[in-house]
Amino acid sequence: MDARTAQALVRFGLGRRGGDPLPPDPTAWLLDQIRQPDPTRLDDPPTAAQGLLALREDRATKPPPGESRSRALFKTQSAAQLANAVTTPAPFRERLVWFWTNHFTVSVKRGQCAAVAAAFIEEAIRPHVTARFGDMLLAVMRHPAMLLYLDNATSVGPDSPAGQKTHRGLNENLARECMELHTVSPLAGYSQTDVTSFAKILTGWSIDLKADSPGFRYRPFAHEPGGHIVLQHQFPPDEAGGVAALAFLANHPATHRFLATKLVRHFVADDPPPAAVRTIEAVLRDTKGDLGAASAALVKLDAAWLPGTKLRTPMEYVVASVRALNSPPDQIPNLTGILAGLGQPLWGAPAPNGWPDRAADWSGPEAVLRRVDWASGFAGRIGNRDVVEIAGDTLGPLLRPETQEAIRRAGSRRDATTLLLTSPEFQRR
Amino acid sequence: MYLQTTAITRRTALLGLAATTTVGGTKFALAAAPTEKRLVVIILRGALDGMAAVVPYGDPALANLRGEILPPAPGQPNGLHDLGGFYGLHPALSGLHGMYQSNELLIIHAAAANYRVRSHFEAQDYLESGADHRMTSGWLNRTVAALPRPTTKRPEGEALALGVSVPLLLRGPAEVANWAPHGFSQPAPELYAAVAALNRHDPVTGPAIEEGLRARGFSASVMAADERPKDKYAFPALARSAGEMLHAPDGPRIAALEIGGWDTHTAQANRLNGPLKQLDDGLVALKAALGPAWTKTAVLVMTEFGRTARVNGTKGTDHGTGTVALVVGGAVAGGRVKATWPGLGTGQLFENRDLAPTTDLRSVAKGILAGHLGLGAPALNQIFPGSDSVGGMSGLIRA
Repeated sequence: MDARTAQALVRFGLGRRGGDPLPPDPTAWLLDQIRQPDPTRLDDPPTAAQGLLALREDRATKPPPGESRSRALFKTQSAAQLANAVTTPAPFRERLVWFWTNHFTVSVKRGQCAAVAAAFIEEAIRPHVTARFGDMLLAVMRHPAMLLYLDNATSVGPDSPAGQKTHRGLNENLARECMELHTVSPLAGYSQTDVTSFAKILTGWSIDLKADSPGFRYRPFAHEPGGHIVLQHQFPPDEAGGVAALAFLANHPATHRFLATKLVRHFVADDPPPAAVRTIEAVLRDTKGDLGAASAALVKLDAAWLPGTKLRTPMEYVVASVRALNSPPDQIPNLTGILAGLGQPLWGAPAPNGWPDRAADWSGPEAVLRRVDWASGFAGRIGNRDVVEIAGDTLGPLLRPETQEAIRRAGSRRDATTLLLTSPEFQRR
Repeated sequence: MYLQTTAITRRTALLGLAATTTVGGTKFALAAAPTEKRLVVIILRGALDGMAAVVPYGDPALANLRGEILPPAPGQPNGLHDLGGFYGLHPALSGLHGMYQSNELLIIHAAAANYRVRSHFEAQDYLESGADHRMTSGWLNRTVAALPRPTTKRPEGEALALGVSVPLLLRGPAEVANWAPHGFSQPAPELYAAVAALNRHDPVTGPAIEEGLRARGFSASVMAADERPKDKYAFPALARSAGEMLHAPDGPRIAALEIGGWDTHTAQANRLNGPLKQLDDGLVALKAALGPAWTKTAVLVMTEFGRTARVNGTKGTDHGTGTVALVVGGAVAGGRVKATWPGLGTGQLFENRDLAPTTDLRSVAKGILAGHLGLGAPALNQIFPGSDSVGGMSGLIRA
């Protein structure tokens, strides 16, 4: 394995799976994943309608915690997503799905989101990771998961017919986080008035939970009448105003800068090199937010091929470990529970800004020790396989001589496997 | 001076870590520490509605702003705990009410940090940095660095972060231990030692593994494993663990904890009960675990900003400004609410929206650091850059 192949597998992928064939040209391998359709085939693809039906039933029957239909859906669907990550032949594409899922965080810390979290990925994120950012943004903002998570489903224009009749009113949560976290970011210098206006624009973007096939529904009766101004731009009334405002925000220069910075931080280094950020920013600007073009540009950045700059998050770490040991599908451990123990419960970020993306955020003493603890338990699955060979297959030239030596000297295959999985180079990507 | 042997010394020696600490050997000497005072900071992430936790029920404008989410008045079933005719503590805060009655709870109302952003994430960064911009270190870490250097180092360092990660508040140059209850079975000490050796020269994982092993060795020496509460990840259990470690003669003196669940944009009256109860139970557990050391303890409970004075359209509140800070502990001159109440009437709200801030949170923190830890103005102005014009509030700590 050459150095560039080794780096492609960890920087842009999820680590090599067992002795999977090595790509003859690592750059072409990555670019092909952008061009070709997503190979993910879930047995029972999750949909928002299915999740909302479960939520509706739970609200009617009020089952004890842990026995709800929502929880059951979450369990099977999250396991399916993780199994897909372990086995996918297009790991770069999967990493892009993870990146954008985290960018548009919907957290199951709000229990009502559990039934629609996987549907959110399949319906709003996955179809768009190599397409237009603006289309992804619109799909996200209309998705029941986001409308529930950030409370827009119940936001009502105070001067709308519904507001006048019921005395309900605005909830500015989604509007604020959309501007701050999803699009322009505070770089754009917006005001409280902009946030309030945008919240008015989004009134009526709601969910119909009673329909035969429940899902997004625009409720004109709840929409704040009139045109509204956000960032000095006037938007028309009704649903078209929200669509126009999102298109405006998606293609705002501050959005391009913000997305470029996050992408470079994720795929290059904790402190994004300014030149790399400018390159990606220019691609987003020139292509009007083509995420496929931006992803390809990331692959072509020289800076993205410097090894060792990024610490794996628990999710990246656990999936890479399972891939390295090439566990057969029926022996893949319950990763959802493990991730909670490692401090990154699946789709369970504490706040709408999602999981952090710097080593300092994941290298607390207790956090690193837990990886060691988990790895030493998981290493028990090594059986009688040759750990030196697995280490070479997995890391190639990234494997340091001292790690190889420690593996050789370990008193048992299990200890040797623990040392591989806890070595500094395996914890990087 | 006396000699002491604990589990940690065996463990550090076995792991070969002793050479990298100043403990040096299987026995260590503990001299008189520079401070026997304990300081705990609890961050409420997500913006606590101060007017829900400490309700200004005597303000005539309150009912009009948020009548639909107000708890019953004092004296009624499940009503507020009265604090003297104007303020009332949320019904879920019965433990804190007891501390108020025994003069161990001081409430600072209409407080806010010195920035006016309504972004959780910027505001939390600034709150923890102790500045109006994000720094790479937190003010509590700089406090540790400003304390007189101990003649003999504590095995754990002076400060401890409870939870899986170290908050920005405690990141920085001063060495900080980190502890959380662990859920995975643990390998033999020999394997830990081999993993530590393999990572020794790594700038990220090396120090983390060393610190983690030290903290675990220490916690095992002061806590009985079979007494762990059932939900060991919940805040009250974490607070109790903090108390046990701070209580130990050779334990840390400064600790940071955090608890979320405060971002109540919808159905606030219902959604606040859980987090408030957790906070209340946690402070009660902390006090119990500290035992006699409670009299030497001050706890600062703070949040990044308050919430809108008016209830929003979905029976919740949106991001606001002024809120409460709580100062709790046996060392605190409590039993009162300290506030310049700005009023909630027409023209009195900040930007016609939020509780107007009348107290700078930095003056509260500075007042605690001065009164409790004896830090002077030069040190305090370094800990909170750009705060020279903000004096520390006096009278927070019992003389």
